[in-house]
Amino acid sequence: MLRLPCPHCGLRDEPEFSFGGSPQIRPPSASDGEWTRYLFERENPKGLHLERWVHSYGCGRWFNVVRDTVTHRIVAAYLMGDPAPGVPDPAGHP
Amino acid sequence: MRFRFDGVPLSGQAGDTLAAALLANGVRILSRSFKFHRPRGVFSCGVEEPNALVQLGSGARAIPSARATITRLHEGLEAFSQSGWPRLDWDLGRAADWLLPFLAAGFYNKTFKWPGWRRYEGSVRRAAGLGRAPIDADPDGYEVRNLHCDTLVVGGGIAGLQAAMLPPGERVVLVEQDEQFGGCAAWDGSAIDGRPASSWIGAAVARLVGTADVRLLLRSTAVGFYEQGVIAVHERSLRPDGPERADGGPRLPRERLWIVRARRTVLATGAIEQPLIFCNNDRPGVVLAASARQYLRRHGVAVGRRIVLATNNDSAYATAGDLHAAGLAVIGVADSRPEVPGGCRAAMLERSIAVWPGAMPVNTRGFGVLTGVRIGVLSRTGNTLQGGFDLACDALAVSGGWSGQLQLFSQAGGRLVYADTSGALRPECEHPLVRPVGAAADDPPAGAIGRRVAPVGDTRRQWVDLRNDVTVADLELAIRENYTSVEHVKRLTTAGMSVDQGKTSQPAVIEIVARLRGCEPSSLGHPTLRPPYTPVTMGALAGAERGPLYAPARLSPLHEWHASNGAELEDYGPWRRPAHYARPGEARADALARETRAVRTRVGLFDASPLGKIELHGPDARAFLDRLYINDLSKLEPGRSRYGIMLRETGSILDDGTVTVLSPEHCLVTTTSANAARVHAWMEEWHQCEWPHLHLAITPVTEQWATIAVAGGPAREVLRRAGLDIDLSSEAFPHLAVRTAMLRGRPARIHRVSFTGELSYEVNVPAEAGIEAWQALLEAGEDAGIEPVGVEALLRLRLEKGYLHVGTDTDATTVPADVGWGGVCERKRADFVGKRSLTLPENIRADRLQLVGLAGPDGGELPIGGHLRLPGSESPTDGWITSAGRVTLGDGQPIALAMLRGGRQHYGARVSVHDLGRRTTAEVVRPPFFDVEGARLHA
Repeated sequence: MLRLPCPHCGLRDEPEFSFGGSPQIRPPSASDGEWTRYLFERENPKGLHLERWVHSYGCGRWFNVVRDTVTHRIVAAYLMGDPAPGVPDPAGHP
Repeated sequence: MRFRFDGVPLSGQAGDTLAAALLANGVRILSRSFKFHRPRGVFSCGVEEPNALVQLGSGARAIPSARATITRLHEGLEAFSQSGWPRLDWDLGRAADWLLPFLAAGFYNKTFKWPGWRRYEGSVRRAAGLGRAPIDADPDGYEVRNLHCDTLVVGGGIAGLQAAMLPPGERVVLVEQDEQFGGCAAWDGSAIDGRPASSWIGAAVARLVGTADVRLLLRSTAVGFYEQGVIAVHERSLRPDGPERADGGPRLPRERLWIVRARRTVLATGAIEQPLIFCNNDRPGVVLAASARQYLRRHGVAVGRRIVLATNNDSAYATAGDLHAAGLAVIGVADSRPEVPGGCRAAMLERSIAVWPGAMPVNTRGFGVLTGVRIGVLSRTGNTLQGGFDLACDALAVSGGWSGQLQLFSQAGGRLVYADTSGALRPECEHPLVRPVGAAADDPPAGAIGRRVAPVGDTRRQWVDLRNDVTVADLELAIRENYTSVEHVKRLTTAGMSVDQGKTSQPAVIEIVARLRGCEPSSLGHPTLRPPYTPVTMGALAGAERGPLYAPARLSPLHEWHASNGAELEDYGPWRRPAHYARPGEARADALARETRAVRTRVGLFDASPLGKIELHGPDARAFLDRLYINDLSKLEPGRSRYGIMLRETGSILDDGTVTVLSPEHCLVTTTSANAARVHAWMEEWHQCEWPHLHLAITPVTEQWATIAVAGGPAREVLRRAGLDIDLSSEAFPHLAVRTAMLRGRPARIHRVSFTGELSYEVNVPAEAGIEAWQALLEAGEDAGIEPVGVEALLRLRLEKGYLHVGTDTDATTVPADVGWGGVCERKRADFVGKRSLTLPENIRADRLQLVGLAGPDGGELPIGGHLRLPGSESPTDGWITSAGRVTLGDGQPIALAMLRGGRQHYGARVSVHDLGRRTTAEVVRPPFFDVEGARLHA
């Protein structure tokens, strides 16, 4: 069972949260193939993973998390819309 | 203390384990083996026990597969053998032993394939002897608790007690699976700092007990390591029904599961002795040497009268000395090492006990129990025999080295490697959170080891895993069949896969597989060491979350009325609702027919309070909803509602309901009863993550309102008589409109909306005014013949109208076009969630499942879930029935909604309906089945 730092409520146990997967950028005009990849294909990296969580049984707010999938260490937690603080983007985006 | 085994009255000493007491009573055979039904006796003295599994107690408190070696004796304990038929000592299943050459690894997977495993499962499982789980509800209490600490010490032996002595202020939890602290040192007579170990242990425990921030847990096993350093600890009470309270109140929980969050974990888990492997090494009377010593020193029980020892390391010599000192006949010690260390040799010489270096058992004799052993003298290389001799004995105490208990280290991600010196796994590197100490980390704890597996003999009789009856021959077969990974060998042969998790077999499996493959054991890795370390009861995992607390039912504000007026309550999703209202002596089908007729011919009253209700406030509320629904909401006027469908991004239907604009900046949506929370979460996700610039607030209000539907021709008259002060005429208040009004002095929100096809109003009043409004409406409808109707009647009425029930008629692949809403999606210009997916090739295939109606044969029945086949179809199925019922008025013809391949092309066709061997036919028709023009709806 993970413990996650909600940016609004602090450190709480995983049962209070719901997992929202990795955030995807919706392709504005996509071919059928691109759209299908957007819908169904996800990275499963060994190491740092950018993901969204919602504090369902707390403040109800969505937030971003950087988690190490090997050690489950939470590297960062930050508000929706904020950039990941000081974390190199695994996908190589600036 | 008196106890019974298989009904035979026996007696034992307080503090004994069941295994010790049975040994003391001369009971040698405790079980029959898993596959070959060979007699088996006590093999060890702890959690690793592969043989002595028994059924404890009976009735609701029965415990299957309890290890007799860790079951504490109590007055009146009842234990039963759980294998052997008709009796443990006269087992017809022994025939399997003669078939042994044929029952090789994978026998069951390879043999019982035709016509299907199910045919054989019952008798094979019975023969395996796995114990019986109790059928009745567990009468005892369990709980799950959280615990936070700085250091968790697993294991309360000497190493664990030392590790727990930390500076003040450090929060320490020390868990010990036994009844007492001190581990082996508590009984083995060793000394610490020149004093008896027991006095050192007593002082250490007293010091820890007196330290603030230190918590000691006995009878508690750390069973698993989980992410971020969470460790599950399983605590058991001494009595099977839980400890008594001092104040005489209800007993304390029988078991607890502690979820421990520790910054650091120290593994002082010790080591478990491993067996030697030779022919017929499974006979009752063959025991682990250190266990023989523990039975003697801790319980005063001898494992035999004439005892031979066999070892490949130093530790068995202590057993030989102790047994001899107790006056038992110790015939000698066979040591597979060519050179025996001088200290061991001298200790034996002092007691005149023979030592045979370079010798190990190669076979045993006996009918049932052990009567003798053949010792083979190994050649200089150890790979062949130079000769041998026979010894008569009734116990053979063996030691094949020690295996540190590092399961938690491995589960934490620590790497383990096979060490040739100890013949067991040891940590390959350090771990930031978990540190093994003591015997768990030492390499080797008992001197370098010699040969563990006899070089000669029939490998079909050399047992590696006693619990699952896996022999060396099974491992040979796996290698012949090209299994190379030790994990795959484990899965084929099932070595190490039973309740003991291979605690006395895994090192030998790695060693033997390496030898057969001609590689180094350290190059092989090891099978995954999964949690739990020892079995955990379902009760401990569930804790208090069972019965009514497992999933608390949600109740309507009108529940009290339903409960006292004959409602048959059933669970629909999270809600407990009236299925129907039974009159005395009335069958369910009759009640259903009466309630549906009441709505069609008179008027019905339905509690729709569980209907999900979400309010949206803000200037962008309507724009927000327009992005979520397939329907065009941009022109919806205040005071009007529209039926709407929302999609997942894949284009499949998520939910449906009505969207109402109450005022330009205030909207209300309804959802299906089971989906309200999901739809609310869905809206929040889109608002917070995708469109945070839209100004609105989303508020779930389901519980705030009691929602009462009045449905039927006289509905308008009923509302008027109940005292509603507004114009209810169709001109002033058309279908799909909403009005606010006063009902008996309270504000009410009235929706004209229908799920039955009748003229229908949903009266919403504040929840606390619900029962009063319900009674007022019942009273007002008395002359019109009003009746309360339950969920089942409502579902039948909507079926007649062909109205969709999301989740019943649709699944996660259904797109709007499949249920006749494709045109609406195409006409809407603006984007909405899921729109892009609707044109994916998969979602526009002509042979998709489409919703159609079915008209069944008169007097017959259309079964929900029945599969459909089109005329001349070659496919095993062309679809299935999703909802079924009967027409309300007239002949009661069976009707159904179904998902049918290419459904709308087949109106007028006859399909065959197949359900559990029954077959009928039905005609494919276009719904609805009733009031096609909707005259009643708009009346």
